[in-house]
Amino acid sequence: MGKTLLKKVWDLHTVRPLSTGQTQLFIGLHLIHEVTTPQAFDMLRARDTGVAFPHRTFATTDHIIPTLDQTRPFADPLAEAMLSALEKNCDEFGIPFWNLDSDRQGIVHVIGPELGLTQPGMTIACGDSHTSTHGALGAVALGIGTSQVRDVLASQSLAIDPLKVRRIAVNGSLVPGVFAKDVILEIINRMGVKGGVGQAYEYGGTTIDRMSIDERLTVCNMSIEGGARVGYVNPDDTTFDYLRGRPFAPEGDAFERAVNWWRSMASDADADYDDVVEIDATTIEPRVTWGINPGQSVGVSERIPSAASGDNGAVAEALDFMGLTGGAPIKGTRIDVAFVGSCTNSRLSDLREAARVVEGRSVAQHVTALAVPGSQSVRVAAEREGLDQVFRNAGFEWRGAGCSMCLAMNPDRLDGDQVCASSSNRNFKGRQGSPTGRTLLMSPAMVAAAAVAGEVTDVRDAVS
Amino acid sequence: MSTRQIDRIEGTAIVVRGDNIDTDRIIPARFLKAVTFDGLGDHVFEDDRAAMPAHPFSNPVYTGARILIVNENFGSGSSREHAPQALKRWGIEACVGESFSEIFRGNALAIGLACVTASHEVIVQLMTMVEDAPSSTLTLSLTDRVLTADGSSVDVTMEGPVRDALRTGTWDATGLLLDDFDVVRGVAARVPYIRGF
Ligand code: SF4
Repeated sequence: MGKTLLKKVWDLHTVRPLSTGQTQLFIGLHLIHEVTTPQAFDMLRARDTGVAFPHRTFATTDHIIPTLDQTRPFADPLAEAMLSALEKNCDEFGIPFWNLDSDRQGIVHVIGPELGLTQPGMTIACGDSHTSTHGALGAVALGIGTSQVRDVLASQSLAIDPLKVRRIAVNGSLVPGVFAKDVILEIINRMGVKGGVGQAYEYGGTTIDRMSIDERLTVCNMSIEGGARVGYVNPDDTTFDYLRGRPFAPEGDAFERAVNWWRSMASDADADYDDVVEIDATTIEPRVTWGINPGQSVGVSERIPSAASGDNGAVAEALDFMGLTGGAPIKGTRIDVAFVGSCTNSRLSDLREAARVVEGRSVAQHVTALAVPGSQSVRVAAEREGLDQVFRNAGFEWRGAGCSMCLAMNPDRLDGDQVCASSSNRNFKGRQGSPTGRTLLMSPAMVAAAAVAGEVTDVRDAVS
Repeated sequence: MSTRQIDRIEGTAIVVRGDNIDTDRIIPARFLKAVTFDGLGDHVFEDDRAAMPAHPFSNPVYTGARILIVNENFGSGSSREHAPQALKRWGIEACVGESFSEIFRGNALAIGLACVTASHEVIVQLMTMVEDAPSSTLTLSLTDRVLTADGSSVDVTMEGPVRDALRTGTWDATGLLLDDFDVVRGVAARVPYIRGF
């Protein structure tokens, strides 16, 4: 029986089994940001411990930064204190930091792949659950909490429970207007938000094989929304082509040697999986969430489900919060805000798809629309193509790189019970900054179509 | 480095019903805007409490509770350690649930907050019991993997090694991870992307 990528990476990085039944796993790349680290550095100081491998940790800032006025000190003293703490900590411990004035700054899960830091066969950790994103390049990437950030800083390793591997084989062509976002929303809808607990999801099949790295990043990003700690795609030529020439990728002959090793880390054809699930991509529609977790989605032509016995009151609670009616079509749901951005969908390809939809059209009068690139480099590339103008002409605001309206930690947030069509990854109650704010997750193209229509609409009609 | 030994947790309990209660609900993101964990206990379930005046965490009869009883997939979503930190700072010392999200469970363990599981039937029964008699004292014994309330006992589950880590006070991982640092160096030396291609 062959081995999975997860098993190969795990074995290579195992330091030793621990008395707790967990494994001490060496972490090859550690990414940090301002939110989950200040306490970790304080814990290091309290212990009088240093950072074991400062050159294997890289820092950026993304969650708390304003995307409009970035003058220091920030208007919000709490945000200012967090960024200052990160500046001080990186300085004191010798950690490279791409701050706001760097053209490499951006959302941590956007810059890792973009800079070529994220590579196949690596173990990666970051104090953020969407670290699963980096699996798109064939890495085993783990979201961790603050005490574990301290552990990685102190020891470049983690105490971690073993994972099972579920292969999710997605086969067939996606119809135009259906994107990677719809594929992962479909997967989470089918497997449930806790379906992946204790598992790594290995995504494969012809649909995934044909996807670009950007699309695979979107799929892997939301693994955690299905409960899976890790999501990955086996490295292939698409991966190697993507990495060639990136700032942190090996160069010249070393790159060719790296490719050989990367290839050898992919799951063997006869690998042993704990579970295999098949998904037919040809029937996937553009999807929209109607509830308060990312598993609660329907195809855009479908109706919102009604409460049923046996759902433990979950549907009723969601409908009540969302102000939606069971049995009604999701299409036509009025929106107030449209947000294109977040580590799920803020790369150049996402902005292009959204811009294609809004080009020559206008955002509905009652809608506030934001387009937020995931990194400075995405912003520059988009501006070079004139995408900022397309968005602005349509009535979108074009912002600086950051997490923005994905979560409630910076000035971009919902007001009251506004409804937001969002290309982000979480529709939890209050996620977008207002306790009663409501989120409808969908692809960037669907967000763009909704912005124009002022309501949920089928992007396949909008562009045809 | 040895930390506090945790074995018996005794006190009153509090119930939060519902599956998939995510960490954004346990502690909304705006309270993460701080460089310490201090004061998080005051904001636990803040938005849920505002939306639901009868929320158990607002109900004075549960003040001082040490054991939290929950349903399935508690602590899903964001990896914020602030969620178990907020619960712990409010006074919770153990969670008993049908299941927990993995990251939440790991974060809880890292700060010595015990998470044990029990069957759906047991949880339903416990929830009703606590809601009917909030002043009852419950005793959780990790050694026996038993929760005792009102003279009757139910079995709870916790993996042996995790339980032993709490009981022996070795649940703070950093010490353990630094125990044999030469081995860590050895791994760094054999990993091709660190050694150099
Ligand atoms: S974009 Fe959203 S999900 Fe991604 S890292 Fe930022 S806050 Fe987290």
